[in-house]
Amino acid sequence: MTAYTATVTVRLKRGVLDPEAETTQRSLERLGFELEDLRSADRFEIDVDAESAEDATDRVDEMAERLLANPTIHDYDITVDER
Amino acid sequence: MTVAIIRFGGSNCDRDAARALDHLDIDAEIVWHEDGLPAETTGVVLPGGFSYGDYLRAGAMAAQSPILEEVRAAAADGVPVLGVCNGAQIGCESGLTEGAFTTNRSARFQCERVHLRVENADTPWTAAYEEGDVIEVPIAHGEGRYEVTDERLTELEADGRVLFRYCDADGELTEDANPNGSKHSVAGVLGADDTVAVLMPHPERATLPDIGGTDGAGILRGFERAAE
Repeated sequence: MTAYTATVTVRLKRGVLDPEAETTQRSLERLGFELEDLRSADRFEIDVDAESAEDATDRVDEMAERLLANPTIHDYDITVDER
Repeated sequence: MTVAIIRFGGSNCDRDAARALDHLDIDAEIVWHEDGLPAETTGVVLPGGFSYGDYLRAGAMAAQSPILEEVRAAAADGVPVLGVCNGAQIGCESGLTEGAFTTNRSARFQCERVHLRVENADTPWTAAYEEGDVIEVPIAHGEGRYEVTDERLTELEADGRVLFRYCDADGELTEDANPNGSKHSVAGVLGADDTVAVLMPHPERATLPDIGGTDGAGILRGFERAAE
């Protein structure tokens, strides 16, 4: 078994309104910053012990499918690193 | 008949629902989610509130609780299920209904009276109204913007799964009358069966005459009609 940390990034699908990101962007602009766009995302770091990186990815993928992301509005990606 | 009003940690409209159903002479009891559905359950309310502190996403945690498996099984057996506000979010998160309720366009919690247009009067929840009727019911939510893919929304609309849309006092769908930016102003939808419905507005807060307006009573009457 190898110790891995899987990082799951959950973000709204392109085209789905993100009022919190818009508010954050407006706030940055009020502070004088220039920016073209701002997107927000949730990031989960999950420590797992697995036979392989692929095995770790599969397990975390199921976690994302079942709970961490809502497929109606979210896309997600997973990266796995040895811990 | 006994309608089970499921209380989660953080539910806060369970007693409102109990009082409203009692006012309509519909037998109901509040059930702690860990106790499971009583054997004699003939209806289920998923009440409003902030179950599990809205952690992760509103409704996401409650949707994974064991009692929801019982609720899904009951719904498949034809037991009427009504999700209100947080209960609507739980309904979508648990797959009882399609789509998702997410952050309001304003990014703020909104508590106000809204108008709803009845889109399909041929369901237990809307049989008290005529199609096109405008009713006034309060909302109180921060995550009520209905999202679903354009493709699925077209199909839901074609199948008559949209129950209510936000509208102005004359029944017109306008940007201003859509309080949270919901796609196509959708305020409530049916599940796969007509006996399952979710909506963000609170019919139980528009049932007792003393607190202003009884337009929501007809929705709660759905429990009687679904049993007929």
